[in-house]
Amino acid sequence: MANFPHSSLAVEAHDLVKVFPRGNVRALDGVSLQVEAGTVLGLLGPNGAGKTTVVRILSTILGPDSGHAAVLGLDVVTQADAVRRTIGLAGQYAAVDENLTGRENIHMVARLSHLSRTVAARRATELLEEFGLANAGDRVLKTYSGGMRRRLDLAAALVASPPVLFLDEPTTGLDPQSRQGLWAAIEELVREGTTVLLTTQYLEEADRLARDIVVIDHGRVSAEGTPAQLKADLGTSVVSVTLGEYDVVARAVELLTPLSEKPPLVENLVVELTVNDGPKAGADVLRTLDTAEIPIAGLALREPSLDDVFLTLTGHKTTIEEGEEESVKPKRGFGRGRKGAATDGKDAA
Amino acid sequence: MTTTLPAPLLLDDQTEGNRLAWAVADIITMAKRNILAVMRTPEALFFTTLQPIMFVLLFTYVFGGAIHVPGGHYINFLMPGVFVQTVIFGAMSSAAGLAEDLHKGIIERFRALPMSRSAVLAGRTTSDLVRNFFVMILITIVGFAVGFRIGTNFGLFLCGVLVILFFAYALSWGFAYIGLSAPNAETAQVMVFPLIFPLLFASSAFVPVATMPGWLQVFAEHQPVTQVVNASRSLMVGGVLHDSGAVWSALLWTVGLLVVLAPIAVRKYRKVA
Repeated sequence: MANFPHSSLAVEAHDLVKVFPRGNVRALDGVSLQVEAGTVLGLLGPNGAGKTTVVRILSTILGPDSGHAAVLGLDVVTQADAVRRTIGLAGQYAAVDENLTGRENIHMVARLSHLSRTVAARRATELLEEFGLANAGDRVLKTYSGGMRRRLDLAAALVASPPVLFLDEPTTGLDPQSRQGLWAAIEELVREGTTVLLTTQYLEEADRLARDIVVIDHGRVSAEGTPAQLKADLGTSVVSVTLGEYDVVARAVELLTPLSEKPPLVENLVVELTVNDGPKAGADVLRTLDTAEIPIAGLALREPSLDDVFLTLTGHKTTIEEGEEESVKPKRGFGRGRKGAATDGKDAA
Repeated sequence: MTTTLPAPLLLDDQTEGNRLAWAVADIITMAKRNILAVMRTPEALFFTTLQPIMFVLLFTYVFGGAIHVPGGHYINFLMPGVFVQTVIFGAMSSAAGLAEDLHKGIIERFRALPMSRSAVLAGRTTSDLVRNFFVMILITIVGFAVGFRIGTNFGLFLCGVLVILFFAYALSWGFAYIGLSAPNAETAQVMVFPLIFPLLFASSAFVPVATMPGWLQVFAEHQPVTQVVNASRSLMVGGVLHDSGAVWSALLWTVGLLVVLAPIAVRKYRKVA
């Protein structure tokens, strides 16, 4: 059995490797991470990066091909049953039972967590109350909104008061209001001492909730640090300018390149620059193009998206599909090519 | 670093001694959940019950006149066959139910809980058994309404019911395996049908095997559905249909199927989920 010396770590993973035989996908290629007790770790990555696989291994659903991991010092493979009694798991699919009421769902999970009937009933009432589902508690889930299902999913995960919580994209697909509500609930849990590992595609979410961030891509850790450190690396804004005609694209790129430390990204008529001072850079872009009499059709200033994070960190967009692990959503319309052979070399390694 | 870890909260009192008690509790929890789901969709229950009723009526009033059976009373020959057909169709829902659980992600949740590993499958087969039991009661009532009469005694009739339910329970594990292999619930339904169709219709369920071509008789005589149908006829109707050999054969088939299918399903469950 592996030895886990760092007793202040609630969760630790060392060199996790997982290959899915179907499609021979190397979902995890040596992922290590640590979550200190009482803190939140944000696991960031695009669809198919391996986030869900990490969570599934840590929550004992899946065994790693190699490497080892522990929760509160308990090995997730050899002491899986003990691990299951210390963790809560809520996920992007909101694994709740459609045919049951909210109360029945929580009660079922409580009983399967081996709480007595009395405690199960009490916890169901408490949690429904806590998550604003008291009135809907005795309604069948078919009548629940997406946000209500997620809240119920989280409530069910908390039924045995687990000291460690895994949240797999807890707010993906939620409207902003539901997202805020869920964030507040997670913050409350952390205040009470719960250790959380959460996966997300949203920088904003990691930024708000996580003390530390691990970015994974193609099954490898590509960056880690606090949100502030990562953002400093990224630049804070993206200036996106749409040019008036194709003839001027090359000239515009040539003129705009000096305005950012990073090379502009070009897709059809759109040129994008990652910069630190958005408004100033926007003005510079306008002035430069105007002086050169290059026609523009539009200008936008936006926060860096996760795509930008990955471009910056890894130099490519990921398109790996992780078997049936994570649904692969249609990518945003910027089909930027890979940046060079260096990346390909890394993949082949 | 001297940060103290929060101790794992062991709210249950799981020791080796009551491990079995919890496993049973898990199966009951899972079965209850499945039965609640059935009761919440009464339409599905209504139509799955309607189907065997229509079979009873169809065979009694449409085909019945043309089918000549030992003993002369076709309805008495038919009802045990319809019972078997009904429970087999009932057991098929194990496939769809598990496929649905698997693909809606709820099995993921179960696997991260400290519950017994086999409770998901055992709970599903148990709830299908319970449902089959109630459907049997309904069909029996319909049978009596169209003229079916017990030819032996009530005790033996109940034994016949048990033989049939036990057989369906064993098949449930096979259907569970198929459900875990299917890409979704709808496909699971379609996948079990080609397996069940020849077993059910190339059997003694609706017509005497002797009326079939010779090559088919060989198959029909020796396959489990015929054995179970003949066994229940022997126990429920008796007389010229008495066949104690079929009773033992049916039980042997059932135990054999259970011993083979249950471990296969459990292994599949461990692999896919």
